[in-house]
Amino acid sequence: MVEEAIAARYSEQKMRCPTHLSIGQEACAVGVSAYLSKDDKAFSSHRAHAHYLAKGGSLNKLIAELYGKATGCTGGRGGSMHLTDLDAGFVASTAIVANSIPVATGQALHQQLQNQKSLTVAYFGDGATEEGAFYESVNFAAVRKLPVLYVCENNQYSVYSGLSCRQPADRSITKMSQSMGLFALEGDGHNIEAVLKVAGEAVQWIRNGNGPALLELHTYRYREHCGPNFDDDLGYRPEGEMASWQARDPLLQLEAQLQHEPRWQAFKSDLVKSIQAGIDVAFDAAELAPFPNPEHNELYVYAE
Amino acid sequence: MQNKSTTFAEQVNAAQMRAMHDDPGMICMGLGVDDPKGIFGTTSGLAETFGSQRVFDMPTAENAMTGVGVGAAQAGTRVLMTHQRVDFFLLAMDQLVNNAAKWHYMFNGQMRVPLTIRLIVGRGWGQGPTHAQNLQNWFAHIPGLKVVIPAKTDAVGQQLYQAIMDDNPTVFIEHRWLHNQSCAAEKIIDYTTPLQKVRTHKTGSDITLVANSYMLLEALQATEVLSSVGISCDILDTADTDISAWENIYSSVRKTGRLLVCDSAHKHFSLSAEVISSCVEHCFSSLKSAPQRLGLPMYPEPTSFGMTRDYYNNAQSIVSMVCTMLNVPVPDLSQSSQSLHDVPGAWFKGPF
Repeated sequence: MVEEAIAARYSEQKMRCPTHLSIGQEACAVGVSAYLSKDDKAFSSHRAHAHYLAKGGSLNKLIAELYGKATGCTGGRGGSMHLTDLDAGFVASTAIVANSIPVATGQALHQQLQNQKSLTVAYFGDGATEEGAFYESVNFAAVRKLPVLYVCENNQYSVYSGLSCRQPADRSITKMSQSMGLFALEGDGHNIEAVLKVAGEAVQWIRNGNGPALLELHTYRYREHCGPNFDDDLGYRPEGEMASWQARDPLLQLEAQLQHEPRWQAFKSDLVKSIQAGIDVAFDAAELAPFPNPEHNELYVYAE
Repeated sequence: MQNKSTTFAEQVNAAQMRAMHDDPGMICMGLGVDDPKGIFGTTSGLAETFGSQRVFDMPTAENAMTGVGVGAAQAGTRVLMTHQRVDFFLLAMDQLVNNAAKWHYMFNGQMRVPLTIRLIVGRGWGQGPTHAQNLQNWFAHIPGLKVVIPAKTDAVGQQLYQAIMDDNPTVFIEHRWLHNQSCAAEKIIDYTTPLQKVRTHKTGSDITLVANSYMLLEALQATEVLSSVGISCDILDTADTDISAWENIYSSVRKTGRLLVCDSAHKHFSLSAEVISSCVEHCFSSLKSAPQRLGLPMYPEPTSFGMTRDYYNNAQSIVSMVCTMLNVPVPDLSQSSQSLHDVPGAWFKGPF
């Protein structure tokens, strides 16, 4: 609902930053976050809204950030692709593909050096597994048995480029990760129960002190790579592919399961109302908030 | 112990020892930091003293390991990384430029990155195109990075200690030929006294020489010769690229009216270019002649002994340039130049 609201208002030209929506991929973030506490840390990539919100990141600060306002989570410095909410344990999302994976691995090194019980999650897409930073990070995490959970949301597309031109046909990111020394599982990222099952196992593996793990969650991006619109008309995805994924949308699947529960309709209606109220508050506050003071543009280049 | 002396490499080592001791959470990582050679002796004894949890070798993965350093640092671990050559560190530009340099700024001051990266510049003995680059200018170009370029044994321990203890990402560039430079132990500057970002090594009235890294030693040697022909020089060393600390360069140029910059990196788009343009901006009316610079030529360093004789500038080229600028005859220095141009002294036997 949050991102539907962003998409609906994006054309007003007030959210003036590149925005990558997670619509279709929500179950991955929600399922993994179910096992995390505030002490656990999370990192993400350019498509980070769902990870940020599922970890407990402030909705008001997210929307204000998209509006470039002083009340945003980075005071307008980072925009949609550089989110943070340290109170929620969401440390950072960064914009360069695979670029936050090493940083998440370093966070896990700190946790290990300090004998902390917490773990770190690094979210990224299938494209990131083509970057050197992914292999280098996974290798180090395996060598040092770091408490880090790598979560690869395989949505099959890197911008407009499908998997067939980027990875060999018989590539399994899961199997490849296993052979690099990770405890790796794959699951249906479009089904919340399937995500909960593999995420629970992987988190337990790490909490038991066995070292790093990876989840490959098969999912699908409904909207364009960057921006609020659908782009199936461009023809880069096979005909019918989108419809088949949408037909088994994670929220629809969940609702199909729950609709026979006697209290479902009332529960859903209350939930939708409360989420909508939160969205309205966040957008109203963002609209009213001041822009950051340009006199502070040079602040924080260096730490004092 | 009046005659006790210490070397540049020993001071680099001692500064790390002191920092590791003062911050019990600090870690030190890099390829070979705990190996028998100890990065030219600069990391010897660290692992034995502080244990393998805090001092460790790492995978050959410069980019991700720099990101690991950023991640650990923003989480609260003080991190020192060492690379035996600048050139290999080029693999880490994404993590250095997009993360380390910007983390504090782009997250609105909420996190800081106490990460120091030691990079060693190779030179001579066939190091060639990809083992001898000094890319100090690249790093100095990036807002958010601090760049420290030590040149003298008396201050290198202080400079490294304070770089490590600084809560900003700092690139610390050591020239390999400086490692054996010795100095009387009593001249070592206390590690905790405030830094001089621009150091004045000599004062004179005829010309201002600004040098960095190994070229400072050549410039100091040149001033000995120049004084014998009656030319006195102000000689300053840009040990830190923080341009806001350059006021004493400007006052020197206002006094002498002449400026020669001796750069240890490629001549164009360089630290020397920045010094000259800043001096022109600040003291144009004081200049008596066009500022000049000496830097490496704009072609890669070849490997062959037969191709590198004139690649680097030395005391002789500095003397020649100064005399030309002052319109006086150039003294003959051919007798005093060392026999082999590709080593810093007889102690250097290769291979790297």
